Amino acid sequence: MALLQISEPGMSTEPHQHRLAVGIDLGTTNSLVATVRNGVPQCLQDDEGKTLLPSVVHYLPDGHIAVGRKAQAALAIDPRNTIASVKRFMGRGLKDVSHVETMPYDFVDAEGMVRLRTVQGVKSPVEVSAEILRDLRIRAERSLGGELTGVVITVPAYFDDAQRQATKDAARLAGLNVLRLLNEPTAAAIAYGLENASEGVYAVYDLGGGTFDISILRLSRGVFEVVATNGDASLGGDDFDHRLFCWMLENASISLPSDRDSRRLLIKAREVKERLTLDESVPVRMTLESGDEVDLVVHRDVFVDITRNLVSKTLKPVRKALRDAGLEPADVKGVVMVGGATRMPHVQQMVGEFFGQPPLTNLDPDTVVAIGAAMQANVLAGNRAAEEEWLLLDVIPLSLGIETMGGLVEKIIPRNATIPTARAQDFTTFKDGQTAMVCHVVQGERELVSACRSLARFELRGIPPMVAGAARIRVTFQVDADGLLSVSAREQGTGVEARVEVKPSYGLADHEIADMLKSGFEHARDDMEVRSLKEQQVEAERVLEATERALLADSGLLDAAERAALDSAMAALRDAAAGQDVRTIKIQLESFNRASNEFASRRMDKSIRGALAGHKIEDLRI
Amino acid sequence: MLDLKQDYFALFGLPVSFAIDMTRLEQAYLDIQARVHPDRFAHMPDTDKRLSMQWATHANEAFRTLKTPLARGQYLLEMQGVDPAFETNTAMSPDFLMEQMEWREALGEAREAADEDTLEELAQRLRASSRDLIARLAVALDEHKDLAVAADTVRRLKFLEKLQHEINDALTALES
Repeated sequence: MALLQISEPGMSTEPHQHRLAVGIDLGTTNSLVATVRNGVPQCLQDDEGKTLLPSVVHYLPDGHIAVGRKAQAALAIDPRNTIASVKRFMGRGLKDVSHVETMPYDFVDAEGMVRLRTVQGVKSPVEVSAEILRDLRIRAERSLGGELTGVVITVPAYFDDAQRQATKDAARLAGLNVLRLLNEPTAAAIAYGLENASEGVYAVYDLGGGTFDISILRLSRGVFEVVATNGDASLGGDDFDHRLFCWMLENASISLPSDRDSRRLLIKAREVKERLTLDESVPVRMTLESGDEVDLVVHRDVFVDITRNLVSKTLKPVRKALRDAGLEPADVKGVVMVGGATRMPHVQQMVGEFFGQPPLTNLDPDTVVAIGAAMQANVLAGNRAAEEEWLLLDVIPLSLGIETMGGLVEKIIPRNATIPTARAQDFTTFKDGQTAMVCHVVQGERELVSACRSLARFELRGIPPMVAGAARIRVTFQVDADGLLSVSAREQGTGVEARVEVKPSYGLADHEIADMLKSGFEHARDDMEVRSLKEQQVEAERVLEATERALLADSGLLDAAERAALDSAMAALRDAAAGQDVRTIKIQLESFNRASNEFASRRMDKSIRGALAGHKIEDLRI
Repeated sequence: MLDLKQDYFALFGLPVSFAIDMTRLEQAYLDIQARVHPDRFAHMPDTDKRLSMQWATHANEAFRTLKTPLARGQYLLEMQGVDPAFETNTAMSPDFLMEQMEWREALGEAREAADEDTLEELAQRLRASSRDLIARLAVALDEHKDLAVAADTVRRLKFLEKLQHEINDALTALES
């Protein structure tokens, strides 16, 4: 009989049960949810055994909302209320969206993000995305048999701050605790790298339904280091469909199709594109509602001809990423292909020619991102022992800067800086006696403010009147591990301070989210109060559990008095969490955080000393 | 107790010098990130998350500074109380400034003519010139302890870096 095992004091890594964590690939065309079960990453299926959820949401007149295949079936019947490829609208104004003229939606050009008028009222892309996420959450909770502790949601590496923030807002609206926003190519690299024990420089070429990313990574045992990333946040498989759609209109001599006919033709175009991966030619025969007849044959050569420059368009960001990484195509050991659009033979061929080697296509381009996200979620949830974890170093895709005199951009954080990162820069006043200053935060590579994306504007007031150029205003940019920016400004002499989470221009204001949450819960007849109480209780539990674990390992870092103080803070928090008052729990959580700050600092300190004492990363097992 | 104000060399357990063991630097950086990175603390209380972000940010900044010769040289000068003051102090040798002007003219012409070969050639000459200056900086800082020469060299390198960026931008613009 096997003996029961007892771990050494302080060595037991997880006294508690496996935490339910999933990875979600929120795609333009399809979305997936995956998890790690018994050490094996796998995509979760719906009731019909399907893993891909079409990213389509149908708002019905009776108040119902259909998501996925059911919604997809309504695309050509009720185009106005059936939203597909909503990812293209995330964090975007109407003017930023391409091909709006052929889209059947009733757009509302609201300030900041574009909105869509549906039979159920005006919807923001964040709300539409939240429906998709909610569907996946329910699938995951049914499949795993419990509430999710946290999720990793993937975003295109080239998503800017507004698009990332919008994605995080959608998750919040869907009732998900986001452990991390993870870049899609990085997620693919994790899945590929761990599966194949890869070492060296790899390129991940990720052509999705609506976005293109290229990431150059250096893989070594236990470390995934993104060296450079680039892309085009509005270029994807949809554009190939659109080219074919235009070609079909032209060759069938149709000028102005109705919304429904447009939808049907677009759906047909996608079908033809997919079939051309295997077939040399595909016939198209259909009768439109207008009575027009379409009778065409699409040859692969024609399709390649009309879309070749789209593939060329992807190679520009590839060149830029290599230049930023200081590498040549020949330095790349392998090219990992991700995204359904990379199935097209001419994409593989042109990418292969560029890198001088056939790209790696031995993994499923549809699921690899979700699988990588699930593996990362498993690590972030604390389900693996520390020495079994890997280190992931990712970068910010686009430079962040601030507007200076003359509409010029002063870059504060350059693209491809490893995150988290913070940089500060000093600015001064332009006029004598100037007491206020507007900080306009922008993202992009161009020198002119007008050519970059505006992220936020805020004012620093109360600067003491001085002669021009005498004040010293230090503006600090902090980008967290999700790639999200927060900005603060401080007058150095007087300490006058202004701080903003960057949201206003393109994101949703906090009160908007609160309103959406409220109406969402009313709709589901859920009680927001109950939910919020539960969230705080879970948070308190998490904090207590983590602290207990830390005390098990590091109680020696505290003297008797400190230990007693911490114990009593824990007891107070435990009492509060057992009660029913949200506010009390919040207050106790805050005071507990203050009480445990010193202990946390000492543990971090000990850990860093450990690093210097020579516990090398080679020891990390993965 | 360790704190975020200690110098970058101490953070990585390296001697304070311009010459640097790049392998040791990278290894120490990865060792520290493996312990402080926010991914290690995603399931932990907010206090730990905040500390983790501060330390990971600090380690990234420290690594970036020590990794590149120009930033490392500038940092060593600042540690010794010398501000190379790129913006204000432009008392550079006339020869150097003349050379800069020539290079800028060449860059302008090549950009105008969309001449990729000339741009690449300029970039190469610039890299060679940077290498010479970095060697000079190493001698000034590590051997002669001549801070004035070091500051002058750092300023020159800064000029070259700007030019390098402009050449890269021009090359990128040609591609798109």
